This record gives sequence, C-alpha cells and structure tokens, in this order.
Amino acid sequence: MKPQDIRALMDQPACAHNAKGKSGCAKPKPGAAAGGCAFDGAQIALLPIADVAHIVHGGIGCAGSSWENRGTRSTGPTLYSIGMTTDLTEQDVIMGRGEKRLFHAIRQAIDTYDPAAVFVYATCIPALIGDDMPAVCQAAQESFGKPVVLVDAAGFYGTKQMGSRIAGEVMVREVVGTREPDPIPEEARRPGMTVHDINLVGEYNIAGELWHTLPLLDELGIRVLCTLSGDARYREVQTMHRAEATMVVCARAMVNVARSLEKRWGVPWFEGSFYGVADTSSALRDIARLIGDPDLSARTEALIAREEAKAEAALAPWRPRLKGKRVLLYTGGVKSWSVISALQDLGIEVVASGTRKSTEEDKARIRDLMGEDAVLVDEGSAPQLLQLVEELKADMLVAGGRNQYTALKARLPFLDINQERDFAYAGYAGMAELARRLALSLESPVWAAARSTAPWRAEPGETPAAEAAE
Amino acid sequence: MTEIVKRKKALSVNPLKASSTLGACLAIMGVGRAVPMIHGSQGCTAFGKIFFIQHFQEPIPLQTSALDQTGTVMGSYDYLVEGLNTLAKKKPALIGVPTSGLAAVQGFDVEMGVREFRAAHPEHDGVAVVPVNAPDYAGSLESGFADALLAIVRALVPDAPGRAGERRRQVNVLAGAALTPGDIEYLKDTIESFGLRPVVVPDISDSLDGHLAPERFSPHTTGGTPVSEISSLGLAAATIVVGASLNEAADELRRRTGVPDIRFDHLCGLDAFDALVMTLRDISGNAVPERLDRHRAQFLDAMVDTHFMMGFTRVAVAAEADLLLGLAALIKGTGAEVTAAVAPAYAASLTRSGLATVKIGDLEDLEIAARQTGAEVLIANSHGDAVAERLGIPLCRAGFPQFHWFGGSAKAWIGYRGGRQALFDLANILTAAERGEVHPYRSVYGQKPEYRRAGGVA
Repeated sequence: MKPQDIRALMDQPACAHNAKGKSGCAKPKPGAAAGGCAFDGAQIALLPIADVAHIVHGGIGCAGSSWENRGTRSTGPTLYSIGMTTDLTEQDVIMGRGEKRLFHAIRQAIDTYDPAAVFVYATCIPALIGDDMPAVCQAAQESFGKPVVLVDAAGFYGTKQMGSRIAGEVMVREVVGTREPDPIPEEARRPGMTVHDINLVGEYNIAGELWHTLPLLDELGIRVLCTLSGDARYREVQTMHRAEATMVVCARAMVNVARSLEKRWGVPWFEGSFYGVADTSSALRDIARLIGDPDLSARTEALIAREEAKAEAALAPWRPRLKGKRVLLYTGGVKSWSVISALQDLGIEVVASGTRKSTEEDKARIRDLMGEDAVLVDEGSAPQLLQLVEELKADMLVAGGRNQYTALKARLPFLDINQERDFAYAGYAGMAELARRLALSLESPVWAAARSTAPWRAEPGETPAAEAAE
Repeated sequence: MTEIVKRKKALSVNPLKASSTLGACLAIMGVGRAVPMIHGSQGCTAFGKIFFIQHFQEPIPLQTSALDQTGTVMGSYDYLVEGLNTLAKKKPALIGVPTSGLAAVQGFDVEMGVREFRAAHPEHDGVAVVPVNAPDYAGSLESGFADALLAIVRALVPDAPGRAGERRRQVNVLAGAALTPGDIEYLKDTIESFGLRPVVVPDISDSLDGHLAPERFSPHTTGGTPVSEISSLGLAAATIVVGASLNEAADELRRRTGVPDIRFDHLCGLDAFDALVMTLRDISGNAVPERLDRHRAQFLDAMVDTHFMMGFTRVAVAAEADLLLGLAALIKGTGAEVTAAVAPAYAASLTRSGLATVKIGDLEDLEIAARQTGAEVLIANSHGDAVAERLGIPLCRAGFPQFHWFGGSAKAWIGYRGGRQALFDLANILTAAERGEVHPYRSVYGQKPEYRRAGGVA
C-alpha cells in the first residue's frame, strides 16, 4: 500500500477524530496497547463474506492464532470458516519463494473449494520481503478465471480500525459496481408495495443477530442488497452501489465505505444501532426517512408500535430483577453509547463507560445519556477497571472477551458484549436475551460460593461458610 | 418440602429401575475374594451379569443356584447347598446369597438354607456366607445394595462394642450405591491426605475399577474390602457414612461397635465436601492439607467459568434417591434448575432433595416432565439416550447402567475435583447443544444463489 493511499484513508471528514491533524485513528502506545493490528481489522471486516476463500499470506502467527475465533454466522456457505494461510517458512522468506507459494495457494483453494472469489490478505512478512502481491493476484485471476482480490493491510500499517477501513476501501474500489442487483424474485413481490434496497455496513451477524432484524426489514419491503459483511456473498458486495440508503451499524471503522458509496454513486447514509428498543426503532425510522417513501414510513411506524409492545411484554418479567443494578461498561466505539441506552432501557444504572475507541461525537452522546458527571474510562487496564468497580460499587462488568477473566477472577458478574460472544442481543428480540444473560450472571449462586472462605481458613470466631450455608 | 408423586400407572414404560437383587450383588462384589450367587433361576444371574459387564467393562463373578422346575415346586434348599458347596471349593473369602423374586415367592428361608449348608459342609466353615433377602419386587438397586451391606455388617462385624478408637487412624467408610469407583478412589485419597487410614465397605473401587490383574482368571473378585478388615471395623476412630440409603446399616454398625459415625446424604457440591473436610480435620486432629485449598479454589473457578453455560439451564434428572440428592445439590450450586426429577423407587431422603417435585416412576415419566418443562439437558443412565434423542436435547450419563459408554465408572462426581470435571462435562455438552442460538433466517429478497437453487425460499 502506498503512503499517499494511507494518508487518504486517514482523512475522514465524517469522523470527529478528523480535526486532530489528519491523524485518523489514535496511534497505539508501545507498552500499553491492547487492540489488534491493521491485518486483524481487515480480516474482521471481510471474513464474514461466506462464499469467499480467505487466504492469509503470511507466517502462521497471523492466521494460526486467529482463525475461527469470531462468532459470525452464515445461512449457507461455510467456506469463510475454513482457515487458509500460506504458512510461510524460513526457506520461503530467505529464498523469496513467497510469491510462488501464494500463486499455488490460490490455485489450491480454487481447485478444492470452488469459491466465488479469493481474497488474499497481506501481512507484515510478505510486505517487508517485497512479495509482489498485486502481480501474483492479477496473474492468478487471469489464469484461473476467478476474482482474486488483494487486501493489502499488513499489521504494521496501523490500528485495527485502519485495517477495517483499508478492507472497506478495497471492496469499494475493486468489487462494488461490478454487477447489477438481481431482479426482485417473483414470489417475494407484494402488490402495492415498492421494494427498496439498502446496505448494512459494519453488521457482522455475530451470533446470528442480523436474523433478529432481517425479518422486520423483509416485512417492510426493504431488501438488504448487502451487509458488509455478516452472512454476505461476493455477488452481493458487487451490487452495493445500487442501494437507496446505507446504514453504518456500530462500526465507525467502515464509515469510509458509506462515504465512498455516497460520493461515487450518491447513496445517502446514516449511522445507527440495533441495540436497545429505542435505538432499533430510530434506526428503522431513519431508513424510511432516507428512502423517502411515505407509504414505507407509515408501515414502519405501525411495525415499531407492534414490536415495541411485544418487546415490552417480553422484558416485563426481567425489569424488577435488573432495576437499579450498577454496571460498568467497558467497550469501544459506537457500542459504548448504543449499549448504554440498551442497558438504561432495562432500568440498569451504567456507572461508567469505556471510551477507548469512541470519537468526540460518541463521547458527547455518552454524556447526553449518562449525564455530565459520567465517568468515562479511556484506558482500562485490568487493575484500573477493578478499582473503578470498587469505587463505583458496580455489580457487574459488561465488556469484551479479553476482560472476561479479569471479572471472573475478581468474583464479579460479567457479560460479554464483543464479537466473540455466543449470544445475539440486537433488535427487539435481542433485548430479552440481553436481559436474560444479565440476570443469569448477576443472580448466579456461584458468586456467593466463590467469595466464601474455606471453613477451615475462617478466622476464629467467624462462622464457617459451610455452616452458614446450612 | 419436596412433593413426592407416587407411581400411578399400571405399565412401567422405559424402566429406570434396576433390581434390588442386582444392588445386593454389587455390594457383595465390593468385598475381597467374594462371589455373589443369586438364589433363583439362571436368567436372574445371566441378565445381571450382562448388565454389570456392560457397565463396568469387566468380567463379573456372578453365580446362580440355577433353580429349575423341580426345585421351584419341590423346594430349593438342596440347590442352595449344592451351589454353595461348588463355590466354596474354589476358596473364596465370602459368598453372598441374594435371593430373587422366585425364591422369595416360593417362601424360601435363606437363613435356614445357609444353616443347612453349614451343617452339611463343616469343611467350608472358613468361607463366610452372607444371605440377603433381595426380591426384585421390592425396592431398587440402591436399597438392595444397602440391604446387602446391612447383611454383611450383621454377618461379619462382631457384636462387641467398647473397642472403638483402638486404631486411632482408622476411619470406616460405608459407601452407598451412588458412589462410582472413581468417587471412592477420590474419597480414599482425601481421607489419606489427613494421615488417616480408610476402610471402605464395600469397596468397588478396588474390585470394579477396571485394572488388569496379574492373574488371568479369577472365579471371585480380585479386590475389594478384605473380610478381615470388615471384622475389625469396631476398632476404628470413626465411621463416615455416604448415602442416606445406608442409615439402617450404619445404625447396625454403630450398635455393634460403638464407633461414632458422621452421616452424609451425599458428597456432591461445595457445602457437602466442605463439611467432609471439616469432619476429617476434627477426626484426625491434623491441619487441612494445602492441596485441598487448591482443589477447592479450582472447583470454585470452574463454577464461575461455567456459570454462563449452566445458569438458568433447565435440567431433567432421573436417578436413584442418593444420586438424585447429590446431583440436585451440584446443579443448584451452578444456578441451573432441576425442572424434572424422577426416581425409580421411594426413599424418605427424597423429601430433603430441595426439589419442588420428585416423581417415582420411569423414563417415560421423565420424558413427559422434561418436555413439559422445556428441559435443555438430561441426566440419566444410558437408557436416557433414546429419550434425549426424542426430546432433541443432549444426555449426560449418570447412574446404572451406562452401556456403550466408556469411563462411566471411572468418573467422579463428588467433591471439589469430581464436581469440577462434572461441571466441565455438562458445560461442554451444553455448548455443543448450541442453545439460545438464533435460528438462521433467509430473507425473501436475498441475493444468495443457494436460496433459489434449493427450490424456492425456505
């Protein structure tokens, strides 16, 4: 990737970070960094495209320790879940055999799995030893007659967000606009209803949560041309330019995709969230607003009224159990505010929120939701988080998987809110699941047991735990 | 207070119960150089032998007095005497004689039968013979096991109180039918870690643990509690009783020996094992070994780690009373809930299970209750396999019998270590079951080629 390309990607006028001297996303701090690299971000952004062979060109450290570690799901092909890497050896590096190995790797993937396309992810080693990956990919595409797309986001190019942005840019530049959308299937047409096309960017279908919202969109006559990238297909990515609106879901990192689609094809976009009842409703309203079909708006309002009533009924039994519970939320980006409003919907008090990857605008929204005295946590090492939990008397930590065992070792109830999780919290239906999982951990009897002292270690005069439990 | 719902059906469908006759045989097989001989028709033994062979994956020394029509009609004392004589010639230390339904209905007096054998064969006086009334129409495996233990105590422990504590380090353990060989091994290790010497009766961890013995063939058990040890139970400092089903045997042992006893309904879960450790500390006067602190901390860690999977999980359990009490405690401690519970036979201890309802019944009852309450995992013996398949939920195997399944008897459920592994196993089963996952939804508009290829929209 050329320096000027990276500089261009850094310039994101739609992002509030942009003001700060064209730095784009924050530079990681040596010795105190906790996020992923650009390759990580690129892989996260595109790996859910289900019918593509995703080949990681690099040493085993890149794919070997990261494949199959995210909870994204597909309705059909499972090719995306097959780990593929060139697994470069010392000989490849010394003798410069990386290019040849990559070429053969692409052929092997095509011969064995007949993918819709091949994505090749560059990593640090081939970027440094100077493998000519664009040439290899082009040669492979010509030889094998399949699209071979190079995603040049080696780890050292920048942060995870930078990698996602590069990946998105590659899609816009190389894939979007290479095919026209299918006609609306005959059996899906309904008299008097115009079907409108949208894109969902940054929706990864974690634990299948897209399937909570997709039925509602179907009902409204909204076709999702493409999600970038949960349960997506290559041929869907090709058609994104024909959407009437793009929703950027919970991931600032790919806001550049929405911008490019607007700039090149005039697709309007907005940023929204499917977490929480209120946010889900406003996202549906925004979609209808951008499309500008009065009939659609009316139907959307009717659907919102129905779904909110249903959600309320499902949440009613949980409310008294969760009311007044104090939660420390530590997650990044848009999720910090979207999850706050979801938790507050449930009567939970969010005592502090992480803002590590949040923009200034995100932070402003957080203050709106939590009040001016909101505790914002910028850098949260494990001891810092635990100290905050103590100071703020939090009952629970809601964070990403990497902090799960920080909480558990401190005998603290926990909910995983990030991409490795196994449960779907999005949409109206997801809220009940969120409430259930919160109560499950908060109310578990294991905490009392875990906080107990072995009866033989109890101080003299203290009641041994076993007797107390009788 | 648990509501016990009695059996109301005429037909038992997919029976959960194994016979008291087999329970008696199992207890006898926990004695060293012992052989059980069921006084009944050959089938009583043949079925039982297969039952135990499949469960333990071991050769099973189980004999029969082979009652035929003549013996059934004309009286079967000769059959018993002949059978005992044949077995006694092979010099076992003990022959156990559980009766069968056939013998009991015949009006057979097994005590008298043994007296006749003694009179006819004084040359076998060195072989202990323990008669047990164990007709299959009364009780179940657990109660038959307990009755046999009671009979063993009566036959082998001298009625001579007053010598308790002569062996300061000896701790007797009366081990109920709910304990696996794996459980007993772990229990013995724990007791030994306090510098105490456990004498477990019966000790199936020494006979049915699955070990390759030096001898290629043995007509009797190749391990188990030696008869000589059983006769010295009266010298111990204390007796630990595991299983509410053993109350009568424990009463008898205490009456005969005066050795004080401490009774546990079960040893599953944190509280029960904490209490055991405290008991051992008090008996031994030794500090609790640090490795028990470590094991306890590991168990707690497993409880915490698995609570995401276990919490709010609806569990259906079919097990005998002692095992059911233990499993209920273990499950409750994780935040899961037993929504359907069935025991094959009544036991007074069931009222202490902490469960709302326990049905006395069969696996059909369990299937109905599990379906009604939306159970997500089944804990039962191997017969639960088909039930679980019909319910579309996974099975975790516990109890008797476990066939087509390896390691069931090596698995420990009790205490910190057994509980830890049990929670891992359950959590893994639940993870594989992919509960709570969103059902894949295919948009009617989807531009996904496979939606059309499969012939329309799903």
